[in-house]
Amino acid sequence: MNAKERILGKLRGSLQGTTPIVDDYDIELLNEPWRYPPAERVARLRQMLGAVHGESQLSSTTGWPMQVIEALAQRNIGELLIAPTTPHGQQFADFVARTGAPLRLKAYDRPVEEWKDELFFRTPASLTGTLGGIAATGSLVLWPTPQEPRLMSLVPPLHMALLKASEVLDNLYQFMHAHRWADGMPTNALLVSGPSKTADIQQTLAYGAHGPKELLVLILEDA
Amino acid sequence: MSDVAHAPAQPIAFKRNAREALADPQLRRNFRGAMDFLMDKRRSQFPDGDELERLRAFGNRVRARALSKLPELLERLDARLSRNGVKVHWAETVDEANAIVHRIVEQHAAKKIIKGKSMVSEEMEMNHYLGDRGVDCLESDMGEFIVQLRAEKPAHIIMPAIHLNAGQVAQLFHDKLEVDYTEDVDRLIQIGRETLRRNFFEADIGVSGVNFAIAETGTLLLVENEGNGRMSTTVPPVHIAVTGIEKVVENLRDVIPLLSLLTRSATGQAITTYVNMISGPRKADELDGPQEVHLVLLDNGRSQAFADGELRQTLNCIRCGACMNHCPVYTRIGGHAYGTVYPGPIGKIVTPHMLGLDATRDLPTASSMCGACGEVCPVKIPIPSLLRRLREEAVRAPAAAPQHVRGQGAKYSRKETMVWKAWRTLNTSPALYRAALYAGTRLRALMPAHIGPWTDHRSAPKPAARTLHELAREHLGDQ
Repeated sequence: MNAKERILGKLRGSLQGTTPIVDDYDIELLNEPWRYPPAERVARLRQMLGAVHGESQLSSTTGWPMQVIEALAQRNIGELLIAPTTPHGQQFADFVARTGAPLRLKAYDRPVEEWKDELFFRTPASLTGTLGGIAATGSLVLWPTPQEPRLMSLVPPLHMALLKASEVLDNLYQFMHAHRWADGMPTNALLVSGPSKTADIQQTLAYGAHGPKELLVLILEDA
Repeated sequence: MSDVAHAPAQPIAFKRNAREALADPQLRRNFRGAMDFLMDKRRSQFPDGDELERLRAFGNRVRARALSKLPELLERLDARLSRNGVKVHWAETVDEANAIVHRIVEQHAAKKIIKGKSMVSEEMEMNHYLGDRGVDCLESDMGEFIVQLRAEKPAHIIMPAIHLNAGQVAQLFHDKLEVDYTEDVDRLIQIGRETLRRNFFEADIGVSGVNFAIAETGTLLLVENEGNGRMSTTVPPVHIAVTGIEKVVENLRDVIPLLSLLTRSATGQAITTYVNMISGPRKADELDGPQEVHLVLLDNGRSQAFADGELRQTLNCIRCGACMNHCPVYTRIGGHAYGTVYPGPIGKIVTPHMLGLDATRDLPTASSMCGACGEVCPVKIPIPSLLRRLREEAVRAPAAAPQHVRGQGAKYSRKETMVWKAWRTLNTSPALYRAALYAGTRLRALMPAHIGPWTDHRSAPKPAARTLHELAREHLGDQ
């Protein structure tokens, strides 16, 4: 008998004569206290995000590329990591080409092993999309893909994320349900609520622990 | 430095450890401040008492339901994860778990491991085990990193370096990392960030714990604020997650109430910065993420707790640490005095199953039974009742059947058993009882002034001149 069989054997023996507890899941408790009128969802998300140093700006499907460029200029950042084959990556690359903005675009288009050093030490900012947002906790839902990999939202010190206002739902229960997560999860799915932080030294909150030092969310009100 | 680290404390020396901790004013100030802070933070997250109570009851039911079909859920988890490409390993003991990790390390000729925060790896003493075999394990959670630099163990399961203040960390970084002395916490964190960043990059293997393992989808869910958990589970080519067999939940939606209870109870946050859900290794067309993901499921005494319907509730725990934050004993003696991986109230009920009651004999009694731990527990573990139960197991005759807990009878004393037997006889025989009371009151002058530890800090009790029965009879006779 191997360890698995021995452990399961012990557990089964201990449950002999008992019946499994039925699932009396309380949807109302997870939903009702965390509902918001549609017009207030984005405001709630921004307020919760702001409370943990997450910056957000209202924007539009055509206006956001300029806001990205302005945000980078304010911070004296001259290069940006994008996912070139995503619709937003494509849109931004076109915008930069068209306007001649003085910005070097870096594409995450090869396995991380081939450019790890550059990603870790010479990539100051990134731009990604999101699957949506959660008003109750001020969270972004990220669902990394082959086109837009996991480390884009983690390694660069500034992470900029696009969020469609129509994809902001009230709470995690609604989001999971609407997107049918139980039917299948990707390699990695994430809820991100603010820039990385820690209070490990004398309970003093400090931002920029191991992940992004800044999170800037651009909310597309017309999308 | 006045507070140099010494050899890790052992649970068997609990009383001495506690005395030493109580005599350290710096330690007591640090803990008092930290616990007040964490209690306030938690309180601010639960403004609605009704919602809290309903959520606790819900959390309790979710955990109880998972445990009521634990073997089935573990098998489903194993099958789903395997289908997703994750290699699942099972270990009955910490030695087996370490051997599994070491085999993976050898397969990859790995020299350097970066660790996210994992209490189960502490349980395994993985750093020590692998260190002895020439493999470096570096902790990447800021608190764990600090504790590791001091060659100490975590003092708290959520905030490992909670026993230290900024000045102590400043001195540590100055001494060990050769940086300028600064008490500026932002600067200290940036020093930690810079030091660890290269290590994420260079590590051959990343190790993490697991907060919830979801059977339905084969998903490992991890919560954290720093991003080191995401780094450890995404950057190195191999990810090994280690967790206890009790961490499984049935369905993905079951994590919603537990997640809410966990982050609000632990650090008073509506949610942590990151909720990281991992369901498999890198796919052929993906550009990052580990090529291999392993999960090690560890028993280490959990199946013993599981065997008893009452003690099984110990396994409801979601490791939030609220019980220790609210414990008057923990607040005064700190985390190290327990000498165990899990300190405080939860440590006192879980560790006897891991180490046996003989090694932990003083832990179930290290409680004032004030009940705060049970009141705040987000999954309603009746910690005070379980402490009482373990006290009972500790004084049962060592050979008495059935045996529920390893080390049963660790505090068994024939003399004490006889005293209690005599006490029972006395209290169930009216004639004997009256005679004893009569003797006790009439001979009260013979009461010794010193009766063991009782009179170390108190005066000795003196029986009354006449019994209550006599006084009552006299009173009623007057009517």
